[in-house]
Amino acid sequence: MTASKIYDSAAAAVADIPDGATVMVGGFGSFGGLPVNLITALARQGAKNLTVIANMGGVGFELSQRIKPGGYPDLGLLFENGQVSKFIGSVPALGGMPPTSPLETAYNAGQVEIEIVPQGTLAERIRCASGGLGGFYTPVGAGTVVAAGKETRVIGGREYILELPLPADFALIKAHQADTLGNLVYRRTARCFNPVMAAAAATTIVEVDEIVPAGSLDPEVIVTPHVYVNRIVAVPR
Amino acid sequence: MKPRLDEVTIALRAAREFADDMVVNLGYGMPGLCADAIPEGRTIFFQSENGMLGYGPLASDDAKDYEMINASDQPVTALPGMCFFDSAASFDMIRGGHIDIVVLGAYQVSERGDLANWGRPGRAATGMGGGMDLAAGARRVIVTMLHTTRNGEPRIVRECTYPLTARGCVSLVVTDLAVIAVTGEGLVLKEIAPGWTVPEVQGLTEAVLTPAADLKEIEL
Repeated sequence: MTASKIYDSAAAAVADIPDGATVMVGGFGSFGGLPVNLITALARQGAKNLTVIANMGGVGFELSQRIKPGGYPDLGLLFENGQVSKFIGSVPALGGMPPTSPLETAYNAGQVEIEIVPQGTLAERIRCASGGLGGFYTPVGAGTVVAAGKETRVIGGREYILELPLPADFALIKAHQADTLGNLVYRRTARCFNPVMAAAAATTIVEVDEIVPAGSLDPEVIVTPHVYVNRIVAVPR
Repeated sequence: MKPRLDEVTIALRAAREFADDMVVNLGYGMPGLCADAIPEGRTIFFQSENGMLGYGPLASDDAKDYEMINASDQPVTALPGMCFFDSAASFDMIRGGHIDIVVLGAYQVSERGDLANWGRPGRAATGMGGGMDLAAGARRVIVTMLHTTRNGEPRIVRECTYPLTARGCVSLVVTDLAVIAVTGEGLVLKEIAPGWTVPEVQGLTEAVLTPAADLKEIEL
């Protein structure tokens, strides 16, 4: 009998995330693909001194209403609560929005450190962590602030910089369906960073619209194999 | 004040560079207008860095699916043959030279085609998103921008003073005053807005512009 990965609630699924943990959060930044219920549960759980790895830092509930009618909870919750000491991502705050997002406010108050990583480099650093690689050379960021302090190498006449893997203790991700083993399929652009992060954390926690019996997903279309998934919680949207 | 081109017209001019069957990525802001400015009868495959190829126009209010958005967080419509992929695959596509054209906004472009389009004074917490990957990886980088800042200062400069996105990546700049090609011999003024003269445009440009032999009024 296979041990069940299914949890009754988002709260139970995130209950043991400790202070000081490194947590990846999937999605692109706005609603689609964001594990909003796991984020909300982590905010209620209260773990502190977290390092959060995500593409974007979130805009907070107030500004989220400009992106989607009615708004939605995002990473802003964790910054408002003072739970995060470091953010790693490609867009901490949106330049096209007022400078009032919870992360930008916390940063300006000196409460959180930010490491800005180009979006493709972020994805590839996470993929390196999932695939057991020591890093990669990329032309992205050569000759810019991103290259500061990094090893550079000329390959085929072009300058590349060395980027290192980015692992995490936990990944909070959103998928459309999981089967009872933890195989995952996604929906449209809600895929984005989710499959990449799902494979790179020691413990991957997934929020899905629906859990279906093993065998009912077409093996040809499964995106994330169950070996990467540790905990599943269904929260119908 | 002489009239300048509006943003829709700038987008129309930039979109004239799109050839049939090209794969095109549109950056945040003004470049997004190019999606509605494709020359009649031309098929363009728009790529969005959040993992989508071949999407259609923006969705109407009653058909918005917030799980099918472009990289500017706008719900879009489906087209036959569209496909989805994850972020790592999307940036393989971008870095690997599979994007024919990317259209990006800019704070500054230098005379050598250096691009500065993400960081600005007073907003230390903003980031470059996929801009650096797109600038480094696309086969051709077109910039759409206003020729000067709100205070009238040139944005086309000798050296960028804002944080760089990538060096030497820009090939064409379309502004509200001119179309400028970046060449090995510097910036070439190819087209000019109706009613403007070369000295007037040069006066609002820090870098030296060389008028093309076939310099003409901007045509749409």
